[in-house]
Amino acid sequence: MRRRHVLGAGLAIAVAGMAGSAMAQSEIKIGEINSYSLLPAFTEPYRKGWQLAVEEVNAAGGINGKKLVVISKDDGGKPADAQTAANELVSSENVAMLAGTFLSNIGLAVSDFANQKKVFFLAAEPLTDAITWSKGNRYTFRLRPSNYMQAAMLVEEAAKLPAKRWATIAPNYEYGQSAVAVFKKLMSEKRPDIQWVDEQWPPQGKIDAGPVVQAVAAANPEAILNVTFGADLVKLVREGNTRGLFKGRSVVSFLTGEPEYLDPLKDETPEGWIVTGYPWYDIKTPDHDKFLKAYQAKYNDYPRLGSIVGYQTIKAAAAILAKANSTDPEKLIAATEGLSMPSPFGEITFRKIDHQSTLGAYVGKTALKDGKGVMVNSVYRKGADYLPGDAEVAKLRPKE
Amino acid sequence: MAFYFVQFLTGLASAASLFLVASGLSIIFGVTRIVNFAHGAFYMLGAYMAFTLTERFSGALGFWGGIVVAALIVAAIGVLVEMVLLRRIYHAPELFQLLATFGLTLMVQDIVVLIWGPDDLLGRRAPGFRGAVDFFGQNIPSYDLFLIALSPVVLGVLWLLFQRTRWGVLVRAATQDRDMVAALGVNQKWLFTSVFALGVFLAALGGALQIPRDAVHHALDLRIIVEVFVVVVIGGLGSIIGAFVAAVLVSELNAFGILIFPKISIILVFLVMAVVLIVRPWGLFGKPEAAARRTPGLTVNPWRPLTSGERLMSLGALVLAAMLPLFAGNYALTVGSEIAIYVIFAASLHFLMSVGGLASFGHAAYFGLGAYGVAFLAKAAGLPMIVSLLLGPLLGLLGAAVFGFFAVQLSGVYFAMLTLAFAQIVWSIAFQWVAVTGGDNGILGVWPDKWAAGPASFYWLSLAIAALAVTVLRVIVFSPFGFALRATRDSPLRSEAIGINGKRVQWTAFVISGTVAGIGGALFAYLKGSVFPDSLGISLSVDALVMVLLGGVETVSGAVIGAIVFKAANIWLVSQTDLSKLVLGGFIVLMVVAFPKGIVGTLETIRNRWRSPDTKSALLASRIETAE
Repeated sequence: MRRRHVLGAGLAIAVAGMAGSAMAQSEIKIGEINSYSLLPAFTEPYRKGWQLAVEEVNAAGGINGKKLVVISKDDGGKPADAQTAANELVSSENVAMLAGTFLSNIGLAVSDFANQKKVFFLAAEPLTDAITWSKGNRYTFRLRPSNYMQAAMLVEEAAKLPAKRWATIAPNYEYGQSAVAVFKKLMSEKRPDIQWVDEQWPPQGKIDAGPVVQAVAAANPEAILNVTFGADLVKLVREGNTRGLFKGRSVVSFLTGEPEYLDPLKDETPEGWIVTGYPWYDIKTPDHDKFLKAYQAKYNDYPRLGSIVGYQTIKAAAAILAKANSTDPEKLIAATEGLSMPSPFGEITFRKIDHQSTLGAYVGKTALKDGKGVMVNSVYRKGADYLPGDAEVAKLRPKE
Repeated sequence: MAFYFVQFLTGLASAASLFLVASGLSIIFGVTRIVNFAHGAFYMLGAYMAFTLTERFSGALGFWGGIVVAALIVAAIGVLVEMVLLRRIYHAPELFQLLATFGLTLMVQDIVVLIWGPDDLLGRRAPGFRGAVDFFGQNIPSYDLFLIALSPVVLGVLWLLFQRTRWGVLVRAATQDRDMVAALGVNQKWLFTSVFALGVFLAALGGALQIPRDAVHHALDLRIIVEVFVVVVIGGLGSIIGAFVAAVLVSELNAFGILIFPKISIILVFLVMAVVLIVRPWGLFGKPEAAARRTPGLTVNPWRPLTSGERLMSLGALVLAAMLPLFAGNYALTVGSEIAIYVIFAASLHFLMSVGGLASFGHAAYFGLGAYGVAFLAKAAGLPMIVSLLLGPLLGLLGAAVFGFFAVQLSGVYFAMLTLAFAQIVWSIAFQWVAVTGGDNGILGVWPDKWAAGPASFYWLSLAIAALAVTVLRVIVFSPFGFALRATRDSPLRSEAIGINGKRVQWTAFVISGTVAGIGGALFAYLKGSVFPDSLGISLSVDALVMVLLGGVETVSGAVIGAIVFKAANIWLVSQTDLSKLVLGGFIVLMVVAFPKGIVGTLETIRNRWRSPDTKSALLASRIETAE
């Protein structure tokens, strides 16, 4: 009784598998994975970004004459499902490389899969330092500036503040923990005189903002480091504003300047926070203008940081495939190491030493303008300037 | 001193919304016995609806009117759901309604994104409650004070409703003894519908009242639902006062807990629940459930082993499944391995749930422990695959032995919630103990040895272990131990009277089940090459429940079919559509309506109806069916 159904399911899968294995020679496929259903606020603009890039690449003649095709899969925010998707993309769709992912643990899962199956993987978004350092491998490259880089950019500004008593608020998982750890380490190196007076670790997505704000206020810090984002950030800001937590205190905050996280705050945006982000309205470079125009023309919407990440991920993938002129993973790696290319933020390079791109981020202050949150006085920080020296990086990465 | 007082008030304000939602859930469960998983979805819909209305209509009337109207609209949706969907399945096996409401929850998650878009939405502040009140230098948001005042008012209104109206008397009567109320000629249909509407109204109101403090987004439902279940169980099911006290208790512990252990809020509620349930098995204000009045044998079909013909067919199907690598590609084989692993997992839960009558809401704990066991052995100790596979599940066994000892002292929903609490505690250990488990970044590089590394060899390995596990569990079901376990399930009193040590039998079953789940987890670690806290998480536990219920909880082989259907549909849908939750949820709801006894259960009923004319009288056959 029961095992007949095993067969039925098996047959169905087999047929599906065979149908997908026919591959057209005139196209190059990229397998893309992201948490579309779990994190639509980030991944929708991201998807628009990479779709624009695919259009541009193909309009310019594709990759050495071949059409670029992106096959996109949802991982539902689960590492195990991301691996199933990766496997489908590699085994049945025969993609030339994997790209994408948002959450750090999913990025790591796919990176480990890539290492095991010897597939090229271009991680788009995951911020964890582990993906290029402690758990780095030769098949994985990463586009976005890492936790360490963002922390270093923020520390540069934070160290100039007179504040000596610091408190931290961060989501209680690897991203929050490592962001706080790196920030503390770099900050204490520059400013041995500061004290860490309180730390709050609300669960990700479940902050009970009232008690957290009260607890931080009770420690009476002069400055606060915030790592929360999304809905948690909204709650924190609302409670903090009502209870006067931010009055007379400096706040340094990861990612808060990104439109994804800043825009929902609307007229409650706190002013004067030192943040990393993406002030698309203030960037006046030819590279960015071109991107902005194309994006707005296609979608009649403004870009988020996700749009930049999605766009540049596919642009980078296309540049890599074009240079390698092959889908052999070893040739792709050789082509990527040291490869420079334009991006909306200016030229970036994939470093040979740790496979990290030198894409940077904008650092500025939050402000309120016409009832909306914006970033002001923002300056682009090049990624290359905020990475540790080569000797140190070599120690961080496992030997191959 | 002022600080502690303000912290106390802040805790009370957090308790208010928790209480509103929890009281709704408690009322619904008390009367209809539905474990309403969709309660969080109604909470979220309330917030979204209130957002739209308050954005549209400004001013004080627009805001407060918008909140109430939003809750009323969602209550109307609730009535629709109850009448169209739930009414059809009140007589389905216990917990089957959980499956229906789970399907609804999945659908709502996609629907709100389709309607309201993917961005986090910031609602208006409440007119008149924008600022804060100064209390000896501490600021208390005035909206918090409003919420603090509101919850006793709601409690009072509910109390009056239940104590002073005829409807309330009927509801209390139904909470105590449903069958008796029905026997006295009360129209149960409308009683259930009205209770469901009230419960949903409270949930939606709780959600709507959050918009001045929170962002509205599509993950609100999952954030609240588990916590609300916990509050309801701590307070005692069906007790409104219990829900109130528990909500205050949990919120205050959280408000003060973070002053001492900032990292505690992630598991605090579960620790509290575990302690409360161990000390007071029916919650703070709950009463022991009355023994079921149903006569065993009429509600649960007697089981029979496979006939020799069916055995041959099963063997044939297994042989055919083993031939899959001859014609399928690598991806199909990996999916096949995954399905085989889920068959093991679902079968292990089925053993506990259907055979033992103990529905675990935290079965992923033992699956995940098996996976972590393998990861520790393979990565830290560097043992070869065979040894790790054999020893890894022992961690699942150990966990099941410890937690099972406490859990089997309880029964029904309390058992379910205690297992959930244990699973969450294990999960948070894996999540937080970064030095050992790698936190949520997991343990990587747990790949199989060379001999099993190919997709085909791994598929054969998984299939063989799955077949072995299912066979062994079946043998146990029809062994003397299996009969003792089923006797304990059907009538604890009678089985005790004939000398069966019920608790010990159930504990043994729990350990067996946990170990088998651990075997599944061990294989899973090698399949994925890595282990993450996800494999201990609530959503995996819920998946297992769904598989068993989908297959048919009152059958012997339901779990196997349920696992295959659910997992295959899940993988396929996620790969094919961006609206996988909407489609999968819709699929589950349809299955629930089409197969109210689960797939295998319904097929069996059809087959028995077919056969009955020539063997027995139709009347007898309709009552005494056998289940395969």
